[in-house]
Amino acid sequence: MTRYSQRTALAVLTAAAVCLLPEAAFAMHISEGILPASWAVLWGALAIPFVAWGLRDLRRRSRNEPAFKPFVGLVGAAVFLISCMPIPIPTAGTCSHPCGTGLAAILIGPGLTVVVASIALTLQALFLAHGGLTTLGANILSMGVAGAYIGYGAYWIGRRLGLHVLAAAALAGVLSDWGTYAVTSLELASALHGGGSFSAMFSLILLAFVPTQIPLGLVEGALCAGALKFIRSRRPELLRSVSVGGVS
Amino acid sequence: MKRMIATLFLAGFLWIWPGVSDSLLAGSWPGVDEAVIEKVAEKAGRPAREPFINTDQGDLLLFVFLLAGIVGGFIGGYHFRALFPPRRSGEEKAEKGQPKEGGERARHAA
Repeated sequence: MTRYSQRTALAVLTAAAVCLLPEAAFAMHISEGILPASWAVLWGALAIPFVAWGLRDLRRRSRNEPAFKPFVGLVGAAVFLISCMPIPIPTAGTCSHPCGTGLAAILIGPGLTVVVASIALTLQALFLAHGGLTTLGANILSMGVAGAYIGYGAYWIGRRLGLHVLAAAALAGVLSDWGTYAVTSLELASALHGGGSFSAMFSLILLAFVPTQIPLGLVEGALCAGALKFIRSRRPELLRSVSVGGVS
Repeated sequence: MKRMIATLFLAGFLWIWPGVSDSLLAGSWPGVDEAVIEKVAEKAGRPAREPFINTDQGDLLLFVFLLAGIVGGFIGGYHFRALFPPRRSGEEKAEKGQPKEGGERARHAA
């Protein structure tokens, strides 16, 4: 069996095994109706400039290279799929999913990652009861904006510090995942602390995420580095658009 | 061979994982939305609401996935060449350290 067919078999079998899991899809986004209207509007308003910036970036970059738009679509599909993929965490007895925004930020930049994450979150809210329309802004801000910019920043700093490309990618995956959940905790604590202490509520939610998200963040780091390694070896031309720190 | 064994092991592990975990822990594996977010929200008096469009009814969710697969598949297929352009023979030879096809001819023509 050739190396290529072994890899294909690996991918097909893994995908088949994951599809056969008799588990329902579990989400981590903030569900419909949890945030009060004022907070929902505030988070939405904060997310809009990032989405607008990303759309502007898409127009600018696809003008120079027409094949860039389908590539962004492909990355968007990957973000959608990854952020729907429940992973059981034995240490916590719960399920959660990676976000894929760290990887996307390396491939297409943080601005465009916000756009693709927004589309993925909207589709999930509309058709999969995953997140919600009233909480869309908050979810875009945590998964899209925080995940993308933290992942991008981690990769950039890692490369500047002389880390190997895969180590920097793993760091981006880990920190983007943890950053997403930290911002989710911040959003929830801001909206729900009521008369109590904000910091106490924030710490409580953050600590509740820890048993699940510490291992899941590490999984996301491995996923990010593995995906980048695969693309780098099989289709290096797809990495032309990676501007920060390079991939060689 | 090692890869194949690892692949089969991984696939088998993923396949039997829910059964093993259920029997060992008798847990329901809730998502963190249910275990953390919704629990905190309920305590704060803001329980989650039913989604506006609830596709979790019968096979409706499967239909949505089918529809998304069809639409996504057609779009992906339409742009396939742009996404994965076929490698030109010249590029492959250049990668192997051989002179590009037509290189000689181009020099003669010049």
